[in-house]
Amino acid sequence: MQITLGPLLFFWPKKEVVTFYEKVAESSIDRVYLGEVVCSKRRELKLDDWLNIAKMLQAKGKEVVLSTLTLIEAESELSQVSKVCENGEFAVEANDMAAVHYLTKAGIPFITGPSVNLYSAEALQVLHRTGLKRWVLPVELSFDHLKLIMSRLKELGINDLETEVFSYGYLPLAYSARCFTARTHELSKDSCEFSCIKSSAGIPLATQEGDALFTINGIQTLSGSCHNILDQWQVMQDAGVKAMRLSGHSEDILKTAEEFVLAMGSGSSGKYVMGCNGYWLGEAGINQR
Amino acid sequence: MELVCPAGNLPSLKAAVDNGADAVYIGFRDETNARHFAGLNFSDQRAIKALDYVNKNPRGKKVRLFVAVNTYAQATNWNRWKKAVDMCADFGVDALIAADISVLDYASKRHPDLNLHLSVQASATNQASLSFYHDHFGIKRAVLPRVLSLKQVERLAQKSPVELEVFAFGSLCIMAEGRCILSSYVTGESPNTAGACSPASAVRWQTTANGMETRLGGLLIDRFDNNEQAGYPTLCKGRFEVNGKVSHAIEEPTSLNTLDLIPELYQAGISAVKIEGRQRSPAYVAEVVRIWREAIDHYQTNPTSFSTHERWMSGLAKLSEGSQTTLGAYNRPWQ
Repeated sequence: MQITLGPLLFFWPKKEVVTFYEKVAESSIDRVYLGEVVCSKRRELKLDDWLNIAKMLQAKGKEVVLSTLTLIEAESELSQVSKVCENGEFAVEANDMAAVHYLTKAGIPFITGPSVNLYSAEALQVLHRTGLKRWVLPVELSFDHLKLIMSRLKELGINDLETEVFSYGYLPLAYSARCFTARTHELSKDSCEFSCIKSSAGIPLATQEGDALFTINGIQTLSGSCHNILDQWQVMQDAGVKAMRLSGHSEDILKTAEEFVLAMGSGSSGKYVMGCNGYWLGEAGINQR
Repeated sequence: MELVCPAGNLPSLKAAVDNGADAVYIGFRDETNARHFAGLNFSDQRAIKALDYVNKNPRGKKVRLFVAVNTYAQATNWNRWKKAVDMCADFGVDALIAADISVLDYASKRHPDLNLHLSVQASATNQASLSFYHDHFGIKRAVLPRVLSLKQVERLAQKSPVELEVFAFGSLCIMAEGRCILSSYVTGESPNTAGACSPASAVRWQTTANGMETRLGGLLIDRFDNNEQAGYPTLCKGRFEVNGKVSHAIEEPTSLNTLDLIPELYQAGISAVKIEGRQRSPAYVAEVVRIWREAIDHYQTNPTSFSTHERWMSGLAKLSEGSQTTLGAYNRPWQ
């Protein structure tokens, strides 16, 4: 089982990002997804900066994938996605059909992130024909759905498609034209003062009764609790899942990764602070069992 | 500009046709469409009656019938979507509205003559994404998610490989359609998996000492004073606490109304405007369609001197969530 680190969903100062990935380079994580996937206004790091981090990680033996913007509205954003797809050196994770289009056109094998809507083996088959080599299961699908998809893939004769599962972290739930962080600070999106940088792990949103519901992260809405299905690694492995994705909201993710590696090494399911796991069980995602 | 109108049942379809729809869109009675609610939508028999009615439009003009098979085909029952596509081809519908690439792929291969429209649920917001669907499945039109500003819509219309349809009026999705699973996070069902957002089975209305409380999946979405009209508990329009302050942190209950933009949408070359609301009553459909028909006709006869009539705006406001309307993402300050 490979351990991967998903793209950083939050807006951190450049120095912190660089320091973070220097530590990632020394960790047990096998594959690292890099790049800004939430908001094009977050420009602490330019594409060249991400490429420098990518090269540093690669030199340390990590597999590196560049991940593209999810919600594309402006032409400038589209050309940025095109540049990432044409980087010529690193594999690319498409988070929108725009990236799928560029990569397919160029004949470059690609990966799809959790926001590309692939809910059946038949849908995977369509993209497999155009160069899909790995996909991340949409976060709202259950283990039962995954098993059905995997067995149907076999029936369709598709044996070389790798499956990755989002296994730890705040779940990406929605994307909007509106920036909720700016709204919280009573600013408009066009003059947001890059306020996302003030909340390194997003802003909690709770019901009036104090139940944690969502996490506001700019134009993205994340789950209010941290999703955690790391203890499921054995059933995933048996089902043919090749990689488990961790998504970080602080440097603590590296500690979680090391604990997880130890647990897998000793054949145990591991001891974690439980988060939500409802989606994996075929229930409301917020549920925790 | 084609006026595309919703119908959740035959009386609504008749109301849409009778009040001037150019096209009506419907769904079958199962999870293959994004308004999968109890008592709504069309059985095979009803769909045939719908076809008869649009073909014999008493107003004399041919009205087109579109069918939305626009949810994501689930691994548990992929054949259901296949059957829905076959039915559309058998009926000879004027367009199939779909989002899932497996549905589009099947439809384009098995029924090459079927006219394909890309559903808003496919979240195609840019020229490259539209090109993907056009190149692979030969879609003729795409419905744009409610996330683009007017300027962005205008620029996209210049470069799009396909006709564009935009939302005109109705409930406002705050999130990019097809990319919002807030509903399944709390209820287990989302538009993508079950064709439902905030499903009625998860809703609770409770009168308490604090006022009317609305809940979804047991969680408090909003609390209304006696003088407030309680709204349906949709996650994006509840009142929540952020940084110690309770507010409509995501959006207020409001509806989208782009009547003011008719001239700009015409000039941008937009092919169709869509009224949302297959879950609405025939009376609602009749009134919204009537006002939009009048406004579009008014623009076509007076393109240089078009202005929105107050009676149109107040008529639509009465039919809106929270009795208020917005231009939504079309208007940048909203974002």
